[in-house]
Amino acid sequence: MKIVLQNLTKKFPARGRKSQGEVTAVDDFTCEIPDGELMGLLGPSGCGKSTTLNMICGLEKPTGGNIFFGEEDVTALAPELRGVGMVFQNYALYPHLSVRDNIRFPLENLKGKNKLSKEEMERRVMEAAGLVQIEELMDRRPKELSGGQQQRVAIARALVKMPRVLLLDEPLSNLDARLRLQTREEIRRIQKKTGITTVFVTHDQDEAMSISDRIAVMNHGVLMQLGKPQEVYDNPANLFVAKFLGTPPINVFEGTVENGMLYIGDDAVLPAGGVPDQKVWTGIRPEGFILKEDGPFACQLNRVEVMGRDVSIVSTHSACAGQTVRSIINAENRVDTGSSEVRFALKPNKVFLFHRDTEERILFDIR
Amino acid sequence: MNSNNKKAWLYLLPALLFLIAFLVYPLIDVFIYSMEEGFNFASQTYFGVGGYNFSYVLHDPYFLQAVRNTFILVFITVPVSTALALLISLGLSSIKALRDLYQTIYFLPYVTNTLAVGLVFMILFQKTEYTDGLVNMVINLFGGSSVDFIDGPYWAKMFVLCFYTVWVVMPFKILVLTSALASVNQDYYKAARVDGTPKLRVFTKITLPMISPMIFYLVITGFIGAFKAYSDAVALFGTDLNAAGMNTIVGYVYDMLYGDSGGYPSYASAAAIILFVIVLTITCINLLVSRKKVQYERR
Repeated sequence: MKIVLQNLTKKFPARGRKSQGEVTAVDDFTCEIPDGELMGLLGPSGCGKSTTLNMICGLEKPTGGNIFFGEEDVTALAPELRGVGMVFQNYALYPHLSVRDNIRFPLENLKGKNKLSKEEMERRVMEAAGLVQIEELMDRRPKELSGGQQQRVAIARALVKMPRVLLLDEPLSNLDARLRLQTREEIRRIQKKTGITTVFVTHDQDEAMSISDRIAVMNHGVLMQLGKPQEVYDNPANLFVAKFLGTPPINVFEGTVENGMLYIGDDAVLPAGGVPDQKVWTGIRPEGFILKEDGPFACQLNRVEVMGRDVSIVSTHSACAGQTVRSIINAENRVDTGSSEVRFALKPNKVFLFHRDTEERILFDIR
Repeated sequence: MNSNNKKAWLYLLPALLFLIAFLVYPLIDVFIYSMEEGFNFASQTYFGVGGYNFSYVLHDPYFLQAVRNTFILVFITVPVSTALALLISLGLSSIKALRDLYQTIYFLPYVTNTLAVGLVFMILFQKTEYTDGLVNMVINLFGGSSVDFIDGPYWAKMFVLCFYTVWVVMPFKILVLTSALASVNQDYYKAARVDGTPKLRVFTKITLPMISPMIFYLVITGFIGAFKAYSDAVALFGTDLNAAGMNTIVGYVYDMLYGDSGGYPSYASAAAIILFVIVLTITCINLLVSRKKVQYERR
């Protein structure tokens, strides 16, 4: 089922006497999620991603705009009529019911012509349980399960109604690191197998990049960029997206473009063709540095961190917006740790220029 | 015994001493009193040891009346007050405007003096030469005839006592239940909404099990509190409860000790022991039932 969000807006009334005006949680959000795809809604906390998810689910009413499932306008529809399955951040499993009863709960709500027989219910419950591989846990209570198992039960409960759309709110944030890795593969597998259009919310860019067909990066309620993970990483639309994606994060410098040349400090580091003279923000990905003795870009060497396959060079530069400059180079390179200076050449496709005020991307010709 | 253990006992000692002096010793003493036959308060002497005191109390029509009154009071007021409190708490938690005001109003009886409230109830219910009382006026308005609730038929007096008790115990229950309801994670309700769960089912399948430990707590303490009722009856019907036929078990104990017929600590002790056995039995039954029904959420 294709999901279309059209100029979706949510404003919350101001709270308390002192605060004035309303808070815009989601601002004119427009995007399309193709049928059967997994989309990651990514952004820092408070950026409106959960509100967006709640609006798709129907738990929040939009202030403006429309939501379509396929061709059907569901904006005014109650959640239970939309055919959505939702997995909550804390899973919201009913603690007093067994796993089986938890999964069966949505089916028991069906009335009238949709009412299911006991056998049909049991069949559907076992089918959903089979999908997430928890058949042997059916008689346990949620508190007797591990976090990962609870997560699976929550997904099974969301899937048992055969929803048109599956929504996951921060599905991995309550799991430990190892389980997180495993569970995200699991979510991907289940989504692929069922082919249900899925939207999931996360603040962890790693998580979003690794399993999404498409990611939408949000900030302050505004959609910053939408696209395939690699595309967004390689071509950030603005400084925020560039800074938000990637670990370690991108290095940001104050820079100047003069006569088609990019200057950081006094070093002319890279030709930037087609860009008029101006002050810019320069973002350089950690993997965008090449260790070179006569390279144009000089930094004060701080320390070298060995990570096995790679070497991470931590240095400082007066024009850097952050504390340190972090560059990752192949471990085969030898770094002279005795020297106080380290020199780099830059990979042009890993260097991004942004407007100093609007922070929008400035494209330049790579020669 | 290692030194840690000794230390633990040392820390517990002050509390233990107080408990022994003011709880354990009187308990044993009451038991001894209840077994001493023909005890003379003035000379502090007795004839023998046995179960005569119990036999006397159990055959005393005043005591049987008190037991009957107490049981009626307990089994009417505890369920009614708990159910009403639950209803009001549900109402309170589903409104936003004026919620604090209502919460305050509902809590007022809790901080009001029992005897003052009794006086107000007298004015509401009592029939005198000058006026039939407010409640009777309302009854007359609907075409009924006046009833003397304070000196009249048994059922009328019992009604006032129950009404009064429910009114007095409700604030605390509302307070506990509103906070219990507020502590239920909203995500459960959201999940239920997404699944299209009907309101009644949300209440019976989610809300009720979630707050069942609190309800159970209120029922147990409610039972114990109602079994110990005394001052409420005094506030409404005066100190001569036997004459009014509205005595309670605790009232009987008090009368035997200090009332007009006072000076019988042996009978009072026997009655107190009987009350203790009744409360213990009921609480055990409650615990057994709750073990099956109450959901404790362990995190």
